[in-house]
Amino acid sequence: MLELSHVHKVYRVGAFGGAKLRAVRDVNLVVEPGEVVSLIGESGSGKSTIGKMVLGLTKPSQGSITFEGKDVTSLRGFGEKKEYYRYVQGVFQDPFSSFNPIFKADRVFELIRSSYFPGVADADWRKKVLDVMDTVRLDPDNVLNKYPHQLSGGQLQRLLIARALLLDIRLLVADEIISMLDASTRIDVLNLLADLKERGLGILFVTHDLSLGNYVSDRSVILHKGAIAEMGPTKRVFDNPLHPYSRHLLSCVPQLHRTWAEVDAELAADPPEDVELPVVAEGDDSAPLVEAEQGHFVGIDQS
Amino acid sequence: MTNVSGAPGAADSGTAPEPVAERKVSETLHFARRNPKLLIGLSIVLGFLVLGLVGPLFIDHDPNEYVGPQTQSPNGEYWFGTTTFGQDVWAQFVYGVRSTFIIGFLGGGIAFILGTTVGFVAGYKGGIIDEILNMITNVVLVLPALVVLIVAVAYLDVKGLFVQGLFIGLTSWPWAARAVRSQALTLANRDYVDLARLSGRRTWRIITSEMAPNMSSYLVMSFILMFGGAVLIAAGLDFIGLGPSNGVSLGMMLESAMQWSALQLGMWWWFLPPGAGITAIVGSMYILNVGLDEVFNPKLREL
Repeated sequence: MLELSHVHKVYRVGAFGGAKLRAVRDVNLVVEPGEVVSLIGESGSGKSTIGKMVLGLTKPSQGSITFEGKDVTSLRGFGEKKEYYRYVQGVFQDPFSSFNPIFKADRVFELIRSSYFPGVADADWRKKVLDVMDTVRLDPDNVLNKYPHQLSGGQLQRLLIARALLLDIRLLVADEIISMLDASTRIDVLNLLADLKERGLGILFVTHDLSLGNYVSDRSVILHKGAIAEMGPTKRVFDNPLHPYSRHLLSCVPQLHRTWAEVDAELAADPPEDVELPVVAEGDDSAPLVEAEQGHFVGIDQS
Repeated sequence: MTNVSGAPGAADSGTAPEPVAERKVSETLHFARRNPKLLIGLSIVLGFLVLGLVGPLFIDHDPNEYVGPQTQSPNGEYWFGTTTFGQDVWAQFVYGVRSTFIIGFLGGGIAFILGTTVGFVAGYKGGIIDEILNMITNVVLVLPALVVLIVAVAYLDVKGLFVQGLFIGLTSWPWAARAVRSQALTLANRDYVDLARLSGRRTWRIITSEMAPNMSSYLVMSFILMFGGAVLIAAGLDFIGLGPSNGVSLGMMLESAMQWSALQLGMWWWFLPPGAGITAIVGSMYILNVGLDEVFNPKLREL
């Protein structure tokens, strides 16, 4: 459904734009309908940039992003973009900054209505809104007709998901939607994502939290310095990490009843399986992947 | 939460559902009526506006005509006294208030429209468009505006209020453009602006309905400053004899009062009304601005 092939994003930085910052390097990945794909990485690994490129908010420097066979990067003009957003929507990290503080929170529904459903009658629209509010398990009396600062982060985040559901979406880009929520509301939102997946929605789940990625996703992509370090079915990636960076990353998850020294000793005692990592020549921007086992890919080592 | 008295949501939850637009207007009015700063500022500005509009209708002679005895202090017949030449200061004052508003609205308005348009487009679009608009802004900014005005006004045959206002507008917009651009730059990257893009909104709709309301008090503030600036520049031009050849303005009144030593002769009624008039108009607009800020921004409301 969604396919990224050889996507690069290079930013010009420095006083005169002389230096280059490679945010995303040669990323290839696919999201199928009814599948949750986690993009996992540390700060600056390019995961949010990939989300923004899929949503058409920034353009890739190189490579192509296709959605159902249509190239997203070459969408021309306002009409084509609008049509694209009918099927692809995003939810951002910070629910408090996703709402215009001047207006009431439920104005996000009105935006969708005026753009995509101008002809729908008031009563029908109200029914539709109540319907999606029920899907995200929000009580309309508590959230409608309120200003954003009067609502909690979890309520706002679910309002944003409800907003996306008003459209007939097929792909949801969820950019760290859990990280600003407290622990008790996290699980509700995660379970909501699982429900959406059941409905056949493809979800690109961007996160820096390994356990969330593990809980929710079918496939995991671990990013390091803009390139894919490891990609494969979540279970295999987490049970049998092959790339040195993912092994290191997994060992960094704090565990009860174990000290860091014990974890390090165990890591040293259990050397990585004999996987030959791909190598690229100096100055080569590509980041090839090697299939270590069925559907489980390993990328270049940049450490 | 719903029971907080005076909270925007609580106030109208008991009443029957009204159409959205109507409710929004009535709510703004609700807060506007309870804001003393807004009411005081607005009534003074409107008072002067009405004076400038209606006052001249009751004066049956030219404000510059020598109608009465010379150097009279305020009395029943000549409310604000007369000048050294026997001109009616009250007549000059009401005509001066009128031309002050005209020059303020015209000069300030043209500068405001040009400046905000350039600033918003440059800040929102970024990239090459930003570079070009910024260059134009900087060029106009470093032009010695007063010298250009003097040359232009001196060479033009028509020396009316409108030409003066037009020239003031065309030379004083860069300040607003830079200020608005810097604000627009920070607003353009907010999540809610991205969300509006995902909702299929056009660029100008995003600028007018997402970004501009968030800086409405800023925009009103810059309009007030441009208004005041235009009045002062006009007064400066009047002062060096480049004002409307047969009109009258508060700036010209001050100038002739100074030229004929009103201060030294103790003719306070000659220079006090125009000075106090300019101060009262600009000062009350500032108070009005603070009040508007509280009405438009829910976070500043005293709940």
